[in-house]
Amino acid sequence: MSALLEVRGLCKRFGGLAANLDINFAIAPAEIIGLIGPNGAGKTTLFNCIAGFHRPSGGSIFFSGLDVTGAPPERMARLGVARTYQLVRTFSSMTVLENVTVATLLHNKRLSIARERAMQVLDFCGLSPRASEAAANLTVAEQRRLEVARALALQPKLLLLDEAMAGLTPAEVQQAVELVRRIRAGGVACLVVEHVMEGIMPIADQILVLDYGRKIAQGTPTQVRNDPAVIAAYLGES
Amino acid sequence: MSRRVLLSIAVLAAASAAPWVVSNPSRQNFLILAMMTAQLAVAWNILGGYAGQVSFGHAAFYGLGAYTSSVLLIQFGLSPWIGILAGGVLAMLFALLIGWPCFKLKGHYFAIATIAVAEIVQVIFTNWRAVGGAVGLYLPLREEGLKAFVFHASKLPYYYIALGLLVLTLLVSQTIERSFLGHYFRAIKDEPEAARSLGVNLTRYKLVAIAASSFLTAAGGTLYAQKELFIDPGSVMATSLSVKIALASILGGVGSLFGPVIGAGILTGIEEVTRQFFGGSGRGTDLILYGMIILAVAVYYPHGVIGGFKAWSQRRAARARSGSTG
Repeated sequence: MSALLEVRGLCKRFGGLAANLDINFAIAPAEIIGLIGPNGAGKTTLFNCIAGFHRPSGGSIFFSGLDVTGAPPERMARLGVARTYQLVRTFSSMTVLENVTVATLLHNKRLSIARERAMQVLDFCGLSPRASEAAANLTVAEQRRLEVARALALQPKLLLLDEAMAGLTPAEVQQAVELVRRIRAGGVACLVVEHVMEGIMPIADQILVLDYGRKIAQGTPTQVRNDPAVIAAYLGES
Repeated sequence: MSRRVLLSIAVLAAASAAPWVVSNPSRQNFLILAMMTAQLAVAWNILGGYAGQVSFGHAAFYGLGAYTSSVLLIQFGLSPWIGILAGGVLAMLFALLIGWPCFKLKGHYFAIATIAVAEIVQVIFTNWRAVGGAVGLYLPLREEGLKAFVFHASKLPYYYIALGLLVLTLLVSQTIERSFLGHYFRAIKDEPEAARSLGVNLTRYKLVAIAASSFLTAAGGTLYAQKELFIDPGSVMATSLSVKIALASILGGVGSLFGPVIGAGILTGIEEVTRQFFGGSGRGTDLILYGMIILAVAVYYPHGVIGGFKAWSQRRAARARSGSTG
């Protein structure tokens, strides 16, 4: 199997509500897949299933050929799946460096080594000038960047970015796009939930469109943009 | 670094000399009590401060420590020095046993569960004849000495044992703070979900925190039993004791190394002063003051005395900087 992540027939129900219904797709190593869809389409639910925060109601998830359906988040992190949050969840009482150090400690419990590794990740993400700043004092753009740095510090094979560009200025979006490109160049696959189209369309190899919990389209950004079902979902039936 | 070491040595020297400056036995007793409360608050802080799991049931661990060493001494003539270790291990095992289910609860629900567990333990010991029930246990009067852990002529040796235990607890606390555990505990406290997604097993590391915290708390219990030579559930397992331990830490500043020591000093001071002022008729006056302190801390100093002091000195530094440039 060449796919890094394979999702087969995934369903997630909350009581009577089906947030995800029969979703199938795969991600190859170092591939960028954009996940889009109107509000409430089930994007974050799909994220939570893959990252281990939700146990799927049906279907299965394979990562690097292992069946990881229902595995807890700690295990997914260890296997190489890292995520960011739609609403930032940085450790607010800690400095920027300490935030990232929590992640690098996964692979080495020696604080001096973990700190050194964390500093390298901060360099890569352009946050090293802010290393000793309290995380709570960062701007929104910096906090989102810190979340990415923290996730990256796990040395993942797959990075799940949940609206990492929301609330950013156009210039900051460009910087974020640049960062995702560099992350992919390092061999990390990305699944990116994004409402900011100029943030996702230029970098995605494929776009996956969800609506009411179902996958309604999948293809290259150009294909998806011209898909009648996608246009109907976003703009309403004509 | 070396400045810190020097400062620590100076504080330690001052603490060692304190009972020679204060020769009044009742004042000396106050110093011992403050030392013992400080040790409990520092131990509580490992779980409640760093890891953010607020417990209002630490009296259960304290009581288990006191009872274990006392029963072992009375029934088997076992040295309290062995008893202090046995009590620590037993309290730790108990903590792990109750921690397993209780750590599934979040925030306030965990705190409530700890109250319930401590109440249950107290009720069991109150009705357990073999360990003295509600009457309590009198420890045998033996010849004094360090080996027997009993001192009659002067209470001063208890002061140094309490100081030693406090220093040990501070060292454990500092070692945790400076290791990866310190990072993990604070991550768990700040954002448990995010910590999980970074590979931190929440239950495992909360159990590490409660194990260290309960062991050290139980050691404090044995020291109390040996000092008073009498224990009963009302004195070593009371809910008010649990609250006092937590409050000392919160007042001084949770999640800091020395905050709980400062908080314990202030609380013990209030207790002593109200007792001297109001005597027997003023029973509970200290509790009214505690209540007011909780309110004041919650509203004005959510990070405790230490936090307030840090904010003040930062403001002062900032003002000095802007003053020099402008």
